[in-house]
Order: sequence, then C-alpha cells, then structure tokens
Amino acid sequence: MLGKDRVGIIAGIATVLAEANINILDISQTILQEFFVMIAVVDIGQATIDLAELQQRLDEKGKELGLKVTAQHEDIFRFMHRI
Amino acid sequence: MPVSLSPEEIIETIRMVDVQNLDIRTITMGISLRDCVDSDLKRLSQRIYNKIVRLAHNLVQVGEELSRDYGIPIINKRISVTPISLVAEGCEAEDFVPLAETLEKAAVEVGVNFIGGFSALVHKGLTQGDAKLISSIPRALALTERVCSSVNVATTKAGINMDAVMRMGEVIKETAELTADRDGLGCAKLVVFCNAPEDNPFMAGAFHGVGEPECTINIGVSGPGVVLDTVRRFQGADFGTLSTAIKHTAFKVTRMGELIGRRASEKLGVPFGIVDLSLAPTPAIGDSVADILEAMGLERCGTHGTTAALALLNDAVKKGGAMASSYVGGLSGAFIPVSEDAGMVAALEAGALTIDKLEAMTCVCSVGLDMIALPGDTPAETIAAIIADEAAIGMINRKTTATRLIPVPGKKVGDKVEFGGLLGRSTIMAVHQFKAAGFARRGGRIPAPIQALNN
Repeated sequence: MLGKDRVGIIAGIATVLAEANINILDISQTILQEFFVMIAVVDIGQATIDLAELQQRLDEKGKELGLKVTAQHEDIFRFMHRI
Repeated sequence: MPVSLSPEEIIETIRMVDVQNLDIRTITMGISLRDCVDSDLKRLSQRIYNKIVRLAHNLVQVGEELSRDYGIPIINKRISVTPISLVAEGCEAEDFVPLAETLEKAAVEVGVNFIGGFSALVHKGLTQGDAKLISSIPRALALTERVCSSVNVATTKAGINMDAVMRMGEVIKETAELTADRDGLGCAKLVVFCNAPEDNPFMAGAFHGVGEPECTINIGVSGPGVVLDTVRRFQGADFGTLSTAIKHTAFKVTRMGELIGRRASEKLGVPFGIVDLSLAPTPAIGDSVADILEAMGLERCGTHGTTAALALLNDAVKKGGAMASSYVGGLSGAFIPVSEDAGMVAALEAGALTIDKLEAMTCVCSVGLDMIALPGDTPAETIAAIIADEAAIGMINRKTTATRLIPVPGKKVGDKVEFGGLLGRSTIMAVHQFKAAGFARRGGRIPAPIQALNN
C-alpha cells in the first residue's frame, strides 16, 4: 500500500481481507521516498476469493482511502530476490 | 513461513511491473508435428489440426490463470510447430497454402495470437518439400493473420545458400505485393535466418526444431523499461558499475520467467524448455532499447558509440540471465526491431540511424535487421544482398542473425507506415541505390567458413 498516511488505512484494508477469510501474517510500515508504505504478508490459502478478485477489491478500497494497493504472490518476490 | 523481504525489495518488484512495463512477453508451446505425416493433404491437415488443438487447448487459459495467480501480466500465448516443409515433405500436394490455413484455424480455435513454423531449413539446399513451402509463403501470409514463417538460409557449419537467399529476396517482394493493401504487412511475419535457434519462443521466427521433444514450454521474458530505469539510476557511473547493475536487473527479470515457466510446465503437464531473456521493445513509451542506449550517454541511437553501448547491454543481459535460469535458450539478448521501438523510429526520423549502422549493431546483439520498412521499389536483388550481408555476419561470428524486411509497396524514403499493434509504425528507411544484382544472382553456395572446421 502506497500513499499518504491517514486514519483508517489498516482498518479498511483489514476489513477487505477479513471478509475474504484472509489471515494477516505480518504487517509493517515505513516511509520510503517520501511516501507512506505499508507492507502486509497475508495467507490466501483459505481465501474465499482468488488473487484477481482480491486485487480488484483492494483497488476499490485503495481508491476510497487515496492509496495505491498492489497484491502480488509471494513467490514472485522470493524468486526475484532470493536464490 | 513467509520469506523475510525488505520493503526496498518489495517496492522494487512492484515498480518493475507497475511502472516499468515488466511482463512475461510470451509463453510459447512448442509442438512436434512429425507424427502427423501423411501423403494426403486433407488427412495431413486434419492430423495437424487435431494435434495442435489437443495439446494447446488450455494454453491460453493456463496463461491467464498464472497471470491472475501471480499478478504478473503475460502478454502473449503462442505456438511453434515443426517446420511445415518437413511435415509436408511426403504430401502429394503441390501447394502448401492449405496447411497455413490449417495452422490459422488451429490458432483461432485455441486462442493464440501467433503460430510459428510455416518454415523451411535450406542452408545447404532445397528438397522438393522446401521448394513447395517457399513458393507458398507469399500467399500463405496474405491469406492468414496469425501464421508466421521463417526460412533458414545459412549456418556457420554449412555456409550461405545464395540460391535460397536470392529466392527469399523474390519471396519478400511477392509477399509485400500480395499484402500491399496493408502496407506489406505479410513481410512482418516472415524471417530469414542464419543459424536459426530451435527453441526460440519469440515471433515471427519461432519454430519447433527437429531436436526438440514432443511438446515443450518456452518462455520469453522482456523488460527494456526495467533496464532503462537501471541505466538512468547509474548516470555517471563507469562501465564496470553500469554493466554490473544491468546484470543484477537481468537476473531478477529472468528469475520471474523461470518461475512462470516452471509453473506453466506443471499446470500443462509439458516439460519446461527454456527461458529466453530478450529485451524485446514495444511501441509503448519507455519500453525501448534505443532509449537505453541513449541513457548511456548517446545523444541519439545510431551515432558513434552505439555499437559499443549495445555490446555492453547485450552482454550484461546475457550474463545476468544465464545465472538466473536452469535453462537459458532461444536468442537471449537485445532485440532491435525498428518499427516496434519508438526510440529507434525517433532516431531514424532524426537522421541518426541508418541501415548501415543497424547492420553494424547486429554484429553485437541478438538478432538482426528487424522490422525495417524499405522503399517499395527496392529490387529483389538488393533485398537478397542485404540478407546475404546479414547471414555473413551470423556465419562468421557463429551467432544467429536474421532479417525481417518490409519493402512497402508504393512508399518512398521518408514516408510513414503504420503496421498496428505491437508491430508499431515507422518511416521508410533508405537503402543503397548502387545495384548488387550481379552478386545476388551469381548462384550456388558461399562455402562454410574456416570457423566451421573446429572438429
């Protein structure tokens, strides 16, 4: 999640995830290149929706909160940055 | 257990996909048609159609699923087949155009946007099947949209078949004439090779080589935008530092191809072939190889220094890619298709990029004179001579070279031409006006070079 810090970001995103039965494993936030960046690792193993649907819902919620939300499979990061 | 990743790493990956146009350019399924052989054209067509549809029926669906599951765009799903000249050699028909129509029908049925392999390997000479196939190319490309054709006219081991080179000059002219209403678009689907790779996933030159298995999955990864960003971040750095930075980027990009390739192979139940890490530009702004070369400090792509810049780029991409995948293959390097690269077209229009400079650039990059729009009145002999020059570079340097030349009917130097979509747009490029007919029509083979005698 990338954007300007404000009240309710975590609550908003967590609601989207909870509604889809997605468990948050880890959450961190930082300021990077002047932007508020929040990174969450979530488990979609028991999710009721697929990644595409999740991306769409997060995108909608992101627009509401003035954030850019990107959801990507962990394997992409793992393959790219770890051998 | 989730792997611990730093925010910088996560942001870097997201930026690559969201901002820098990183994508999987193609998942290409290679299919052997060797078991389809039949003397009857109708039965042969039916067997080819049945086999392609049986093996590739869920290729597009799997590609879309992977794209959804991993959040990475997979732009093209394609098929390459055994060179049709081999499959149809024993067929009694004189005209192979119906087989191109069969390939088109199968491509439409399974939903792929290109199918490659209306091809012949004639580097030492033509069989009857090769001759029939080559004669069928112009009409095959005019009557189909998705079929791609390629002809290998030279290798380091065999030399250059100059009879085939001259024949291809004529075939290119004929193809352009038959598709004159679309600015000679047929020629954009026709590649003339030296040292053609058997596992190339990129069109228009993909075919399923004779040493390949029954069916395989090859992945083409791209990412000029990602490399461009890297080069821009290292302004003022010396060449060693720049090369290392490009290698790191190429490594990361190729790893993604490796992941998608492995998963596609699992889902389709087909062995994983290779990852081809090629910087394949698209007409999109920022997705340009020319822009990368200019970011290295050249005012315009095509000026002095361009060949050296491209050599560094191509080598760094290969080195990074080679370490990232268990099987790297295909062409793996930088493509310089002029009409598909907005930066190349801008350089051409500024007068910085000429066909001679492009020829020099092909000595150090992965393919050749690619997607170059020429004046419509360029003689077949001149086109053949351009092909011969390019084949000579490949033959002597033990590398793949190719030409994809489009003599656009009715157009002159400086005129604009629009091919549409990923094929892009261009301005007609000048060729030398001095004739080469006496050379091109001499006939026979240029013998294999001394480099071939390495046993």
